[in-house]
Amino acid sequence: MKLHLLPAHSLLALLGRGEVSAEEVVSSFLHRVEEVEGDLNAFITLFSQDSLTQAREVDKLRAKGERVGRLAGVPIAIKDNICVQGKRMTCGSRMLSNFVPPYDATVVRRLKEEGAIIIGKTNMDEFAMGSSNENSFFGPVKNPFDSQRVSGGSSGGSAAAVSAGEAPMALGSDTGGSVRLPASFCGVVGLKPTYGLVSRFGLVAFASSLDQIGVLTRDVEDCALLLEVIAGYDPQDSTSIDQHLPDLVLEMKKGIKGLRVGLPEEYFSPEVDPQVKEAVLRAVNQLTLEGVEVERVNLPHTTSAIATYYIIADAEASSNLARYDGARYGYRAQGTRVLLDMYSRTRNEGFGDEVKRRIMLGTYVLSSGYYDAYYLQAQKARTLIRKDFEEAFCRCDLLVTPTSPTPAFKLGEKMDDPLLMYLSDSFTVPANLAGLPSLSIPCGMTREGLPIGMQIIGPPLGESQILGLASIYEQVASKGRDGL
Amino acid sequence: MDYEPVIGLEVHIQLLTSSKLFCGCSTQFGAPPNSQTCAICLGLPGVLPVVNRRAVEYGMRLALATGCRILPECSFSRKNYFYPDLPKGYQITQYEKPLAKDGGLEICLDGGRKKRVRIERIQLEEDAGKSLHLEEGPTGGETFIDLNRCGIPLLEVVSYPDMRSPEEARIYLETLRQLVQWLEISDGDLEKGSFRCDVNVSLRPRGATKLGTRTEAKNLNSFKGVERTLRFEISRQHALLRSGKGVRQETLQWDARAQAALPARKKEEAYDYRYFPEPDLVHLQIGKKWIEQIRESLPELPSQRRERFMNQYGLRADDVRILVSTRQLADYYEGCLRLYNRPKIVANWIIRELLRELNQRRWGPEEFKVRPSDLVGLFRLIDQGVISERIAKEVFAQMVETGEKPKRIVEERGMVQVQDEREISSAIGEVLREEKENLAKYRAGKIGLFHYFVGQVMKKTRGKANPQLVNRVLKEKLGD
Ligand SMILES: [Zn+2]
Repeated sequence: MKLHLLPAHSLLALLGRGEVSAEEVVSSFLHRVEEVEGDLNAFITLFSQDSLTQAREVDKLRAKGERVGRLAGVPIAIKDNICVQGKRMTCGSRMLSNFVPPYDATVVRRLKEEGAIIIGKTNMDEFAMGSSNENSFFGPVKNPFDSQRVSGGSSGGSAAAVSAGEAPMALGSDTGGSVRLPASFCGVVGLKPTYGLVSRFGLVAFASSLDQIGVLTRDVEDCALLLEVIAGYDPQDSTSIDQHLPDLVLEMKKGIKGLRVGLPEEYFSPEVDPQVKEAVLRAVNQLTLEGVEVERVNLPHTTSAIATYYIIADAEASSNLARYDGARYGYRAQGTRVLLDMYSRTRNEGFGDEVKRRIMLGTYVLSSGYYDAYYLQAQKARTLIRKDFEEAFCRCDLLVTPTSPTPAFKLGEKMDDPLLMYLSDSFTVPANLAGLPSLSIPCGMTREGLPIGMQIIGPPLGESQILGLASIYEQVASKGRDGL
Repeated sequence: MDYEPVIGLEVHIQLLTSSKLFCGCSTQFGAPPNSQTCAICLGLPGVLPVVNRRAVEYGMRLALATGCRILPECSFSRKNYFYPDLPKGYQITQYEKPLAKDGGLEICLDGGRKKRVRIERIQLEEDAGKSLHLEEGPTGGETFIDLNRCGIPLLEVVSYPDMRSPEEARIYLETLRQLVQWLEISDGDLEKGSFRCDVNVSLRPRGATKLGTRTEAKNLNSFKGVERTLRFEISRQHALLRSGKGVRQETLQWDARAQAALPARKKEEAYDYRYFPEPDLVHLQIGKKWIEQIRESLPELPSQRRERFMNQYGLRADDVRILVSTRQLADYYEGCLRLYNRPKIVANWIIRELLRELNQRRWGPEEFKVRPSDLVGLFRLIDQGVISERIAKEVFAQMVETGEKPKRIVEERGMVQVQDEREISSAIGEVLREEKENLAKYRAGKIGLFHYFVGQVMKKTRGKANPQLVNRVLKEKLGD
């Protein structure tokens, strides 16, 4: 049995029945890491010894018949911008290459409470800024389907790890598509929850009003399971939602008959790769056979989304990243004697090009004289984009779109053209701007053998409906595959 | 041309909450450097702020006490600048929607005239840490950073430019300081930096309504400093305007060596703080119910109490101002009155004796241990004729020093007044025998010596003789 190819819920069933031990599970994944990590570069730091020790402890508890957590013995990979107490956290940056957080993020605390075993911290674009995972100080993450291609970003390490069987599940963060885009490029399920559903305490801020911790898994059931564990009100995050979430795993198994699905015209424009468009429409077609009603809708302000996003995200980032000045922790340039010199050289040497570009852009749009024209204008556009969705959700329950206009592109292909790179996020940023839950699920392959992702966007707190539709699609798609 | 100064003040008041504005760290003053810090106030990656509701309530207290309108929804913003004692690289403050707006503070000018200084806004913000610059050190100039202060809640109180003289500015500051202490939201301690002022001043032709170009001075930490800086700056602006040069808008700093307000460094002026809404905090809703709760918890305010003291106890305005200078003193006064309802006598005693004893020792209310019941006990001893008023003052000094009860002091030290006519008579006899020469002068018509004889008798009895009795018996003996 290849344990590393199983989803977490299957592993949990085996563990529960005592057919495998947590130690076997963890070593199976660690073995897989050894096998493929050289090609992928999905991890920045691995906790091999620690995770084996923890696995043995879980086994002891189970042997004694004691109560264990919902994820007891399941390995999980954590994006390297989420704090795990006492473990180095780099954010993919030289700036934090030596930083060890003294506390656990709320999500990490919840995972530990449920017995999950953190096997390592995954590679990412520096400070989560990027769409291809080529902006990491620790080198790019390669796509498990084609090592010449990108994994997508910024949670590329998490997506590649799950896709390649290095971990059954992973946490990522999604500010403008950073969970969903790599999920679609690497052929796994990726969910960005409603803004405020999952605590951001312990997630290193990129753009606070857009950031949300998300999950990457092999299938939809795992996605629901993991979300249930990490979601919920946290008094340490003022923006977290104080509302009880329904039992997702149960809720998503309710039928989808009569569910109205909207296809936003703007997301099927001529710029979209024909193979991608075809795959998504084919999937929608299969869903209609299951009783889903399909409708065309419009989200007219979609075209402003990228500009709006990059103004707001960079404005917030310029402020959020001001704390990395070399004064208290992290990287500090050597041999400086004057304060200003220490600041500028530390930040010049500590940050990569993309981060610097965004800090400069963000500083510019907040400067007096430009604030109204850029930042304020972007806030107005954000309201319009949110209204587009509100109106669309009056007519339908969920929206279905391609996750990305293209499948995974070649390494280096877009590195010299930031604007072209930014367009990869065209279909994912609107959900962040509107704070909506959104999931990417594999919906077929290109002729070149690259995964294609379908995006399902829901209204605020519409996670269970999204997971319900995704789950039905998953069944339909697997039946189709088995039939062939 | 005749010019009048136009002065506005911004005051930063450190609040007395036990924890910081956005984390649970203690705010205790004087702890070892950086011992009162955590991941949040150190600005470590990944942390988030959570607003301390107690700090909001302290702000609401001042807002209500100054008649400000508390906004139903206020919001926080980030003020961005780099400095080592600002760990996040921005300060969380209020900008677009402050806690409260449009109130005022009534101040009493010398001569009893009253004036209302309008308050534009009251807002909450976090304090920065402290930088200690060392001129010398192993590597030359070194800077040390203490982040204990970082994140302590501050209220910023911005006045309208309603003050017309340095004295008015000083009185406004004194009144505001008294109020925050009265409300128990700040210790108002200037030396500890709990109460810091920024001033702005401009001149305009008397009668004009348009404001002139203003200059600013920041972080003044004494009322004298405020007055001195303003006085200097007003005369400097006068000279500039008279000579037709005009005033340049700039920030000034008091230079102790030059005894002058000199321009601060240019760089600071040019700073663009890039304010924008703090995305880590949701807007703070303050409902009517919450406001009413706070309003009900407010003590009687100094102005209300002054008014009542004059009406109810018939005291003079000057005395009332002293009695109501702190809440403790006013409470003490009324505590005494509850046991001994003679308002004027108690007021006199407190103003003359009690405050004199405290001032002499440079004591604050913490060190003063005489309870109202003990002070009243002293009054009763006078009324009963056990001690004279003069002895009472000595007894009181002992009470202040030792905290003992008056009766015990009087008994232990034998300070009971001599009421025995025979004892007094024999003392008088002794004095008259010793003072033969003066007695002869007296008999010869120098009747002013009577008081001298009384003094000698008092001296002989070590002040304990009942003075009225001494007078009577002496007169008898001299045969008047
Ligand atoms: Zn703290």
